[in-house]
Amino acid sequence: MADLTTNCAGIRSPNPFWLASAPPANSGGQVQRAFDAGWGGAVWKTLGQPIQNVSSRFGGHTIGGVRGAGFNNIELITDRPLEVNFREIYETKKKYPKHAVIVSLMVETEAEWKDIIARSIDAGADGLELNFGCPHGMCERGMGSAVGQEPKVNERITGWAVQYSTVPVLIKLTPNVGDINPHGLAARRGGAHGVSLINTIKSIIGVDLDRMVPEPRVGGLSTNGGYCGAAVKPIALHMVAQLARNPGFGLPISGIGGVCNWRDAVEFILLGASSVQVCTEVMLRGYRIVEDLIEGLSTYMDTHGVATVDQLVGRAVRGYSEWGDLDLNYETVARIDAKECIGCQLCVTACHDGAHQCIHPQPDTRVPRVDESECVGCNLCKIVCPVPGCITMAQVDNGYAPATWNQHVHAGAALRPKKGAH
Amino acid sequence: MGDGSNPGWAIPAERAEAAFADYKPAYSAGQAVAEAWRCLYCSDAPCTQACPTHIDVPQFIRKIAAGNDEGAARSILAANVLGTSCARVCPVETLCVGACVYNQLGHPPIQIGRLQRYATDRALDAGWRFDHAGPDSGRSVALIGAGPASLACAHELRKAGHRCVVFEKRDVVGGLNTTGVAPYKMRADTALREAAWVLGIGGCEVRTGVEVGREVSLADLEREFDAVFFGAGLGADTRLGVAGEDLPGVYGAVAFIEALKLGVVDLAGVRHALVVGGGNTAIDGVRELLTLGVPSVSLVYRGVQAGMPGYAHEWSAAQVKGAKAEWHAAPVAFEGEGRVQRAVLGRMDASKRPTGDTYTIAADLVLVAIGQGKLGALLAGLPGVRIDKGVVVADADGFTGRPKWYVGGDARNGGKEVVNAAAEGKAAALAICRALA
Repeated sequence: MADLTTNCAGIRSPNPFWLASAPPANSGGQVQRAFDAGWGGAVWKTLGQPIQNVSSRFGGHTIGGVRGAGFNNIELITDRPLEVNFREIYETKKKYPKHAVIVSLMVETEAEWKDIIARSIDAGADGLELNFGCPHGMCERGMGSAVGQEPKVNERITGWAVQYSTVPVLIKLTPNVGDINPHGLAARRGGAHGVSLINTIKSIIGVDLDRMVPEPRVGGLSTNGGYCGAAVKPIALHMVAQLARNPGFGLPISGIGGVCNWRDAVEFILLGASSVQVCTEVMLRGYRIVEDLIEGLSTYMDTHGVATVDQLVGRAVRGYSEWGDLDLNYETVARIDAKECIGCQLCVTACHDGAHQCIHPQPDTRVPRVDESECVGCNLCKIVCPVPGCITMAQVDNGYAPATWNQHVHAGAALRPKKGAH
Repeated sequence: MGDGSNPGWAIPAERAEAAFADYKPAYSAGQAVAEAWRCLYCSDAPCTQACPTHIDVPQFIRKIAAGNDEGAARSILAANVLGTSCARVCPVETLCVGACVYNQLGHPPIQIGRLQRYATDRALDAGWRFDHAGPDSGRSVALIGAGPASLACAHELRKAGHRCVVFEKRDVVGGLNTTGVAPYKMRADTALREAAWVLGIGGCEVRTGVEVGREVSLADLEREFDAVFFGAGLGADTRLGVAGEDLPGVYGAVAFIEALKLGVVDLAGVRHALVVGGGNTAIDGVRELLTLGVPSVSLVYRGVQAGMPGYAHEWSAAQVKGAKAEWHAAPVAFEGEGRVQRAVLGRMDASKRPTGDTYTIAADLVLVAIGQGKLGALLAGLPGVRIDKGVVVADADGFTGRPKWYVGGDARNGGKEVVNAAAEGKAAALAICRALA
């Protein structure tokens, strides 16, 4: 069996699966139950200045009947007394010395940072995570994403933390920026040992149609919250990969955003994450989901002959390129396996209404026909097909040598004739 | 009219059918939405193609999923105004549900009937109406029989503003929906509620207790109306023609089912019941007697299970209830002192022909379910109307060939489903509208 032990920015854990800083990591009792279930680490719910939370706090986005496919919250950092949190961190570390306990922090002044870092390390923290990401409530007070969106402030506070900390410092970045690179680089300049991303995305999860008030509703009002859950994974994967492929960055990454199962986790690892944090799926289904994360990753590593997690980290980064470097002469067409087809004809409608009108119903069979001379190989039919493996995208040898847009523009490389462009 | 309060349609509060629970119970909103989200929303969907009224099934199911119940009901009822009863009585296993592509995938097919019931029940509960009577056309149409075919026909005619007069020999409307549907599928009060909703479009006069050919003549109808729709359905139970058939305790199945749906039946002391026949009415009879507490109920059929005209899924459900069967058998006589006590059954060969062997089994109740008489002969006196084996011959729109005369439902198709009657009634109405335009 593969070795899942993890070293992310100097923080060691039995596996790369950490609870993200959030309600599932709100108390010692919870974190200890999570460790018993198999989680390798936990980023404690953010400690900081006293706050007061509202009721209600969460909103769910139901997509296609799947409840909580997207999720948002307007909850703030911990509302429990600091001394209680530190005592429970101490007890948890004492009981689980090999598990990683990372303490998430969010305060304002240098003196506050110095004090809370010292107390966290005294309690036994294996690492610190600076919350520069929270997009609601705290940012209005000059913290959270208000810091994460200003590279200079980010760099300065990171510098304080690194100066006062004897354990690794991770900077948790906000996705509420146009380009993640300057923010990752600011953390690097500040001396951070690593970054974690993404925090939640500024959002309104929905509107109560009867009351005509956005959700989650607090009396007659609502406010923007942080969006997360399965639906945000693609955004998170992109930002993780953006930093991972930036040759000027080079710091370890703890990946966060919509991880629900082992496949999601492996995707983050392949795009550069050396640990993976999970919140929403645990909120929705409980700590027990870690069993699949561990088994799935382990089996995947065995299948691919990978002995340690390190060997897997970033393996798909080189496959993430610029559009101008893609081969325009690479050609695929859709092929429908008549034996597998159940005749739903979802591909017909999708192709006719949403693509290039090249899949046609046939008079004597429910199995549609692909006009390969018109098929642009867009994948839409394969995406809507409910039968796994029924529609495949087959590569076509068109006789053209590979040619990118850049090669075409700069060196006149020959491009194959366009399809579906008449 | 239309609010269900017509005193002419009153049925007793105490009815034997009240003992039956729904075989396919109503969905809650949560159940309906969960099932609706399973639908793949097929293009040119096989379920819609399989429906004689071509309800846009994926569209109405998607609306249920999205919480647009009113839109879902509109999709259903615009195609088939009898969607409420069809949701319950359609043999969906052989129609829409049987066509669901999930069957090909080895997944449970979408429960289209139960979803349709959910949406149409919401419509009746809320009193939603999607169609309204057109401005008075000055034309009028007579409809013979108040069953599903005539109800669907009248509703469509009213949209065009044609006045409708429905002649019904019974005291209740709804035809077999009211008197003949197995109560675990639909009870009489639901059928009447639907009929009231359909007729709620207004402008339909229903004359119950009036038998055409007796109280009113065909010539009267042809003279007084601009068109006549013949939707009289089928006649009385066919008799076996064997000795002892008139003994007390031997009933025609349709008559017996009508009795239990519209009142009470006395099954005290009945221990061994036989139901003769192999169609769906016979299977219904078996399930009904078992549910009413008869300890032993056997089907008597000339052939074997595989050759029965009744649906396999219906017989499977009867077997779950404890149904037994006498295969390759047909009654040659019923015997008993004062009432039926025994049946003498003749053994049949593989070709359903008598072998000459007989045997006797206990039978203190017998339902004969070998078919119903055809009523086409009622129109035999009308030149230009052709009758073939008892059913009225018509073109695809139900036109008989004699000006003014149209036909639909069991009187035309010899005995099919409610959904066929609904489709034929609507098609005939559209043809009448064209003729009167």
